[in-house]
Amino acid sequence: MTKQQANWSPYDFNGGTCVAVAGADYCVIAADTRMSTGYNILTRDYSKICKLADKSLLASSGFQADVRALQKNLEARHQIYQHQHNKQMSCPAMAQLLSNTLYYKRFFPYYAFNVLGGLDNEGKGCVFTYDAVGSYEKVGYSSQGSGSKLIMPFLDNQLKSPSPLLLPAQDAVTPLSELEAIDLVKTAFASATERDIYTGDKLEIVVLNREGIRREYMELRKD
Amino acid sequence: MSIFEYNGSALVAMVGKNCFAIAADRRLGVQLQTIATDFQRIYKMHDRLFIGLSGLATDAQTLYQRLVFRHKLYQLREERDMKPETFANLVSAILYEKRFGPYFCQPVIAGLSDEDKPFICTMDSIGAKELAKDFVVAGTASESLYGACEAMYKPDLEPEELFETISQALLASVDRDCLSGWGGHVYLVTPTEIKERILKGRMD
Amino acid sequence: MTKSTIELPPKGGFSFDLCKRNEMLFKKGVQPPSFRKTGTTIVGLIFQEGVVLGADTRATEGPIVADKNCEKIHYMAPNIYCCGAGTAADTEAVTDMVSSQLKLHRYHTGRESRVVTALTLLKSHLFNYQGYVSAALVLGGVDVTGPHLHTIYPHGSTDTLPFATMGSGSLAAMSVFESKYREGLTREEGINLVCEAISSGIFNDLGSGSNVDVCVITKGNVEYLRNHVLPNPRTYTSAKGYSFPKPTEVLMTKVIKLKEKVEVIEGGDAMEE
Repeated sequence: MTKQQANWSPYDFNGGTCVAVAGADYCVIAADTRMSTGYNILTRDYSKICKLADKSLLASSGFQADVRALQKNLEARHQIYQHQHNKQMSCPAMAQLLSNTLYYKRFFPYYAFNVLGGLDNEGKGCVFTYDAVGSYEKVGYSSQGSGSKLIMPFLDNQLKSPSPLLLPAQDAVTPLSELEAIDLVKTAFASATERDIYTGDKLEIVVLNREGIRREYMELRKD
Repeated sequence: MSIFEYNGSALVAMVGKNCFAIAADRRLGVQLQTIATDFQRIYKMHDRLFIGLSGLATDAQTLYQRLVFRHKLYQLREERDMKPETFANLVSAILYEKRFGPYFCQPVIAGLSDEDKPFICTMDSIGAKELAKDFVVAGTASESLYGACEAMYKPDLEPEELFETISQALLASVDRDCLSGWGGHVYLVTPTEIKERILKGRMD
Repeated sequence: MTKSTIELPPKGGFSFDLCKRNEMLFKKGVQPPSFRKTGTTIVGLIFQEGVVLGADTRATEGPIVADKNCEKIHYMAPNIYCCGAGTAADTEAVTDMVSSQLKLHRYHTGRESRVVTALTLLKSHLFNYQGYVSAALVLGGVDVTGPHLHTIYPHGSTDTLPFATMGSGSLAAMSVFESKYREGLTREEGINLVCEAISSGIFNDLGSGSNVDVCVITKGNVEYLRNHVLPNPRTYTSAKGYSFPKPTEVLMTKVIKLKEKVEVIEGGDAMEE
């Protein structure tokens, strides 16, 4: 029999961009809602942001089938955690769990690029950024996905956090107010949408603060 | 590795009010090793016309020498400087001539016309012209530059504001690109003068 | 060119002298370069009195938009225009080349160019290069024999059709034509149908985007509607603007004053004494 589908790949790339910005008492997590493959749009209304716990939100781009599997896995682990400890998982704990979950599949990775945003135990905003196999870092702001290369320099320019090598350690959170941070995220996405074909349709912004979770939407270019 | 990433580069040009600016990084590398930190990527064709060449440095210099030659022939024959549009067409033709064995460089052309109207343009390595009204970018940091310029650019900037915008965009972008950096080189051209500035940037 | 001691401007045609070197580089494992493409939706249709051509205005380099408002409807002759998809440099060069050949032909014959002449020149060039000149074209025009619409594929094959689409958005655009095209459309209906087809390409194909360009060619008249529809403005610009937190540090500034332009005032007696 002739060999068929010799170059079949278990992965696809569904595009999309995620951004998270941490502030003194809030965290803004945003992602566009376009899901695409190749030159086709699969849907214009797909949420890339997933609530894992009361105070941690995960935004992921990459291969959305893997992303869903990863989210379900984390949800299950969080359920077990709640049964065992009778409380919600904290954001730093969730960050470590996500790292372990990703590294567990080191040699057949989840094709997912994640940004985890939330509030830590003191109610301060925190952002964790990942690679596909679980290397992670706590930062003040981050961007992942197809438009990350376009957005990152702009965030650097506006929010440039102090070097992690400085002693005593300086706070990574951004000095902006919540409204300023939302405005910055909107500008960043509008700019990325102009030049990245995989980013567009709608922007979903989730704001996490003392009062709880708030969702906002903004229209993006649809071409 | 793509051949465009062998030496590394970042190039950007922006239009302001009756002026333009063209900027480049100063690194010359061989893959990840830095060879020079004061490399010239932007060349002056005449007082009001500049060309930046990104990509493979050896091809960029060869191409530049051919362009100088052709430009001098034009000056001798016509007794005038080339218009930016004409020069862009010349570069495009020289590149397209080598359609099936291209020079590995992406040019950025910026100039002021005789009526002091700014002109900027970029091409791919086989001479497909892209005329823009706002800004053009090229090099290994092009994606970062697109993002930065798209967010920072405003139309009709005065010369000094334009300088600040292009410098901020360039420095923000090269810091996110391993293959370009080591400060920047900016030319700011108005109808009356050329300001050449060297920017301080991260040295890694 | 090799015979002369100095390098003179070439007479024309491609130069292959870097091919060997580049081939060597590719064999050593460096990737061949990618060129700027026009992902593109281009269409054309025949209506009552002539031809309508349409195109989007996005040029891409991989997943990045290189040009948000490029021109894809190229001039061929006063009565013939041509939409181009594929490698941007090729579509530009091939249409420019044929357009100048047509002009010389008009000077020679003193007659209006015919669409079939353009068609033959384009297809024979493309056929000669065996598809390596990757231009996919929609050619339309009105000549003494009436309105014509053709598609030309990169290998040099051609079609003659009442309505045609090309490029990565061709399927999206064709679905509109197939469901709504009929013979004897009015000018208004023709333009609207073309706009709808291009819009469907713009919104449903990621390789196409930005604005709609339309060109209406009728007997003795051409109307080039550049940016006929602008359906994709930027969605957000910060109301208060922003500033740069840290000014740039300048190491060195050099100022070169330019010579004042001298106004030559003519008139008066040029030769006094």
